[in-house]
Amino acid sequence: MNDTAMALRITPAGVSSAPVSTKVAIDIRDLDFYYGKAHALKDVSMAIPAGSVTAIIGPSGCGKSTLLRTINRIFELYPDQYAAGSIAIDGRNVLDRRYPLSELRRRVGMVFQKPTPFPSSIRANVAFALSYYERFSKSELNDRIEDALRQAALWDEVKDKLNQSALSLSGGQQQRLCIARTLAVRPEIILLDEPTSALDPISTAKLEELIHELRERFTIVIVTHNMQQAARVSQRTAFFHLGELVEFGKTSDIFTNPREQRTKDYITGRFG
Amino acid sequence: MAIPIRRRAADITAFAFATAATVFGLVWLFWILWTTLMHGAEALTPTLFKEMTPPPGVSGGGLLNAFYGSAVMILVGLVIGAPLGVAAGTFLAEHGRNTRLASLVSFVNDILLSAPSIIVGLFFYELVVRPMGHFSGFAGALALAMILLPIVVRTTEESLRLIPDTMREAGFALGLPRWRVTRQILYKAGLSAILTGILLGVARIAGETAPLLFTALNNQFWSASLNAPLANVPVVIWQFAMSPYDDWQKLAWAGAFVLTVVVLVLNILVRLLARKGKQR
Repeated sequence: MNDTAMALRITPAGVSSAPVSTKVAIDIRDLDFYYGKAHALKDVSMAIPAGSVTAIIGPSGCGKSTLLRTINRIFELYPDQYAAGSIAIDGRNVLDRRYPLSELRRRVGMVFQKPTPFPSSIRANVAFALSYYERFSKSELNDRIEDALRQAALWDEVKDKLNQSALSLSGGQQQRLCIARTLAVRPEIILLDEPTSALDPISTAKLEELIHELRERFTIVIVTHNMQQAARVSQRTAFFHLGELVEFGKTSDIFTNPREQRTKDYITGRFG
Repeated sequence: MAIPIRRRAADITAFAFATAATVFGLVWLFWILWTTLMHGAEALTPTLFKEMTPPPGVSGGGLLNAFYGSAVMILVGLVIGAPLGVAAGTFLAEHGRNTRLASLVSFVNDILLSAPSIIVGLFFYELVVRPMGHFSGFAGALALAMILLPIVVRTTEESLRLIPDTMREAGFALGLPRWRVTRQILYKAGLSAILTGILLGVARIAGETAPLLFTALNNQFWSASLNAPLANVPVVIWQFAMSPYDDWQKLAWAGAFVLTVVVLVLNILVRLLARKGKQR
C-alpha cells in the first residue's frame, strides 16, 4: 500500500485529474495469441482510448509485450506465431491480412526495450522512413527531421552533429532518437515496449517527461515492469496475468482501489 | 589474497603453450617468405613487373603478362562472383529464412565450398573451353568466380545473421519493406563483415592454380584478350618451377614471393577491416 501511495504522490500531473477521452483508438476484441502451441494471450478484449496514455503492467511472461507486438503485427516476422480475434483501428480490423502492413506501421509506431539506432548518421536515422513514404525537397526533409527531433526533445542536444553516427549518442539519447524516428512519419498511435528498462534514472525521467508532452497528440500504449512508472505516466492501466486481462481501468482506480484480488496482490508486491 | 601456486603454474603453462603454438604458426610463414625471397631475389627487380615471360634459355625477362592476366581474371571473377554471392547470402539470411529452398541452397553451397578446385576447372573445361575450341581467360575468370561464390555466400549469410533481430524489427516497425530494411539498414550494419568475406575470397582465388590449368592455361606472349589463353601467376610459377632452366626457376621463385606477399597483404587488410567494424 505504501508503495502505491508514494507513487501517486510523486505524480506531478495528478493522475486522477487528467481528462480521459472517450474516443476509442484501438478496439481489441476476443484476441488470442499463440507462440506455436503456447497460448500467450487468452480472449483479451479492451478498448484503448485515444489521446491518452495506457499502461500495461503484469509479471514477466504475462503477455504484455505480446499484446503490443500484435497491434502492429510485428510478430508476423516469425513463423509459428499467430493471432486470432480482432484489433480495430478506425473501425477496420488490422489483423486482416488485406490490411496493408506499411499503412498499419505508419499509423502505429513502436519503440523497443533496447535503443535500436540504425548504424548511420542521426539525420539518416530520422530520414530513412520519411523518404520511403513521401518525396520531399531537401528543405522540407530538413524541416521534418528538425520537427521530429524537437518533438522528441532531442534537437538541442544533436542539432550541431546531425551527420555524426547515431551510435555515438548515449543510451537515453538513442532511445529519444528512436522516438523521433517514429514520430517523423506522423503516427497516430505509439507503442512503447519497456522503453526505459535499459536507461539510467535521469534518462528515464526525461523520457517520462516526453511521454507526458506527447500524450495529448498521440495515443500511447506503454508496457512497463515498473509500477511507479505506470502510475506516473498513464491515465489508464491494464493488468495482465498469465495471458489474461485481469483488470483494466483508470490508473488511479487500479492503484488505489483495485477490484480484483490478483491486481491487489501484484501492485502491493506480493508476487511478480 | 594470494593466488595458489597450482593456479599460477597452470596459468604459466597455458600461456607457454599458447605462445609456442603462435610461434609455430608464424615460423612457417616467415620461412616460406624467406625461402621464396632468397631464391627469387635475383629476379626480384623492376624488370619483373616490366617485361614478358622470356623464352627458355634467354636470361632476364619478367612476369608482366602473368601479373596482368591474374589481375584481370581475379577482377572479372570478383565482378561475377561477389554480387551473386552477396545476393544469395542475403537470400539465405533474410528472404529465404526457414524455407526449404534456403536449406537446399545452403546444402549445395557447402558442397561447392569443399569441392576440390580442380573439379571446378574441369567443369568449366567441359562447359566453356570445349565448346569454344580453345582455352581462354574468360573461362579462367568463370572458374575463379565459381570458387569465390560459395565463400562470399557463406560469409554474407553469417554476417547478416550476426545482426540482432531487434534491428530488423526496428526497421519493419517503421513500415519499411524487407528490401529496404536489408539494403539501408542490414547492409550498413554488416558492411565490414561482408567486405571481409569478399576479400578473403579474393585472397583464396589469387593463389588458385588447378582451375586455371584447364581454363585459361597460359600464354607466353602479351595478350589482353579474355577470348584467348591468358598468362597467370600461379600457372607460370608451376610451369617455370618444373622447368630445367635456371632463369625460369628464379622467376618462379620471385613470382611466388610476390603472390605470397599479395595474399598476406589482403589478409592483413581483412583484419584491419574487421577491427574497424568492431569499433563502430
